[in-house]
Amino acid sequence: MSPRRGEPTVVPEADFRSYYGRPVIKEPTWKVPDVPAYLYLGGMAGASATMAALADVTGRPVLARNGRLAAAGGAAASVVALIHDLGRPERFLNMLRVFKPTSPLSVGSWILAPFSGLASAAAASEVTGYYRGLGRLAGAAAGAVAPAMTTYTAVLLADTAVPGWHEVHRELPFVFAGSAVSSAGGLALLTTPPAQAGPARRMAVAGSALELAAEQRMEKAAGMVGEVYRIGRPGRVLRAARALTVAGAAAAAVSGRHRAIGAVAGLCLTAAGAATRWGIFDAGRESARDPRYTVVPQRQRLAERESAQG
Amino acid sequence: MPEDSANRLSGPLADPAGEAGYAEHPERVGFFTDTSVCIGCKACEVACKEWNLLPEDGLDLTGMSYDNTGDLGASTWRHVAFIEQEVPRRGTEVDLGMPGTGPPGGQTTPTDDGTVRWLMSSDVCKHCTHAACLDVCPTGALIRTEHGTVLVQDDVCNGCGYCVPACPYGVIDIRPGDGRAFKCTLCQDRIGAGMQPACATACPTESIQYGPLDELRERAQQRVDDLHARGVPEARLYGHEPTDGVGGDGAFFLLLDEPEVYGLPPDPVVTTRDLPSMWKHAAAAAGTAAALIAACFAGRRAR
Repeated sequence: MSPRRGEPTVVPEADFRSYYGRPVIKEPTWKVPDVPAYLYLGGMAGASATMAALADVTGRPVLARNGRLAAAGGAAASVVALIHDLGRPERFLNMLRVFKPTSPLSVGSWILAPFSGLASAAAASEVTGYYRGLGRLAGAAAGAVAPAMTTYTAVLLADTAVPGWHEVHRELPFVFAGSAVSSAGGLALLTTPPAQAGPARRMAVAGSALELAAEQRMEKAAGMVGEVYRIGRPGRVLRAARALTVAGAAAAAVSGRHRAIGAVAGLCLTAAGAATRWGIFDAGRESARDPRYTVVPQRQRLAERESAQG
Repeated sequence: MPEDSANRLSGPLADPAGEAGYAEHPERVGFFTDTSVCIGCKACEVACKEWNLLPEDGLDLTGMSYDNTGDLGASTWRHVAFIEQEVPRRGTEVDLGMPGTGPPGGQTTPTDDGTVRWLMSSDVCKHCTHAACLDVCPTGALIRTEHGTVLVQDDVCNGCGYCVPACPYGVIDIRPGDGRAFKCTLCQDRIGAGMQPACATACPTESIQYGPLDELRERAQQRVDDLHARGVPEARLYGHEPTDGVGGDGAFFLLLDEPEVYGLPPDPVVTTRDLPSMWKHAAAAAGTAAALIAACFAGRRAR
């Protein structure tokens, strides 16, 4: 059971003990804006690549072109953000020295590397006009790898001891998937004339709906830890993200032939996508800082286990 | 998953070094830290810093207790926690007639029905049977050694920082200015040469005991039984159970209060235990995203 906003929490404050209020786990050392940007750009690039591949086969060349450029640009920027965040950026290639199935960052690097290669090839062919056939093939392959790009970052966050991320490991990928689809749709509304932007409009609305529904489920599933998504700065950022998502989806739904309204929708959804990632990232850091979020759920777990054993 | 399948992500595991691929290897070693005899002298902290050439990482006063180290980190591989608390009188204390000076303001004072006790505990990397830091490391910098311990190879680490939030105990950290992750090595260079780790060697009360893990577990059980018989019912072992969330710790403890009082998690779980479920949900979500995008292309053409 999770408390609604404004209601007192169910946290048994009196029973909670800690070492002078100090955190139990270490706060992630990942930097802002590197990592939230990496999360947003990867998702947006993935959904854009799938959109571009489908636009190509359904005869929407402008949408396909803009999707390919968004996918290549997003993937490249995502790689730069990831490398910039490393403590030893010159050793980035150590990520590709091994393939480790137990490490979501290793698996993710092996998704990101081929994806950005394929997306860049497709975009390069699109811009230069060379090797059109191979370019389309690369674009199709990127579009096939792309769905993994939209959700692997959720596993990356969830596979930690950070309560705000680990407790929601089932719901978080759906939030990221929805956000990626609406971000890609939004960006395409900014860049593509209405005549070919029909699918982008629908993506903006459908992605937003998935994101908002998944976020609801996520907060419920988080139990007492769900509090970090409602209070403080992460709470404010996520409320702003939700407002922007609703506004962007509504504008996309009514934009029709109006390019300007589509552009407003695109701006709203781009801001919403970035804010969602930042808010979730920040909420996780908050849940790591306060020992309550580590100790109380573990105590509850122990109590449940003891009562089950009788 | 069957009980004895290789490369499983959680649960009891008799031989971590063997499963990591060492055909022949020395027996698994670790620490038993008996906090009931710790006097809080911090000789372990100093010996560790000296032997491992760890840089200075802050000379601030915390203002909370005699612990001015705060926590474990990239350059602090042993940390002595210090807790001052008021507890009910047992009625067994003997008044030694010592002159009372009284503590400075704000500190706990004995009352009519209570007395003050000090808890001290030297914390260290737990060298988990299922180590989350090792599991999530994308470069292979973190490895299982032939002794069954967990070690960072600092010439491979690229400072991605994934191990930091993965550790359920908050042990490993990135060293500012260096960018790589560091933590206790269990003095890999000493134990390989048949010596004890620096902290255990320096400990004047044998609160820190080093040795083969099986032997330590037996000794710890005897000690806790002994303390119970002597009227210390609050003595309990922490991290010794191979059935716990991390498959048992290579470094475990005898505590005199709940783990969280010492800054330890009461029920730590290796996060990768849930990794199959995470990927399953991520795959379902990716499939949903793909289907959603495809559905947006269905319907009327060229719009």
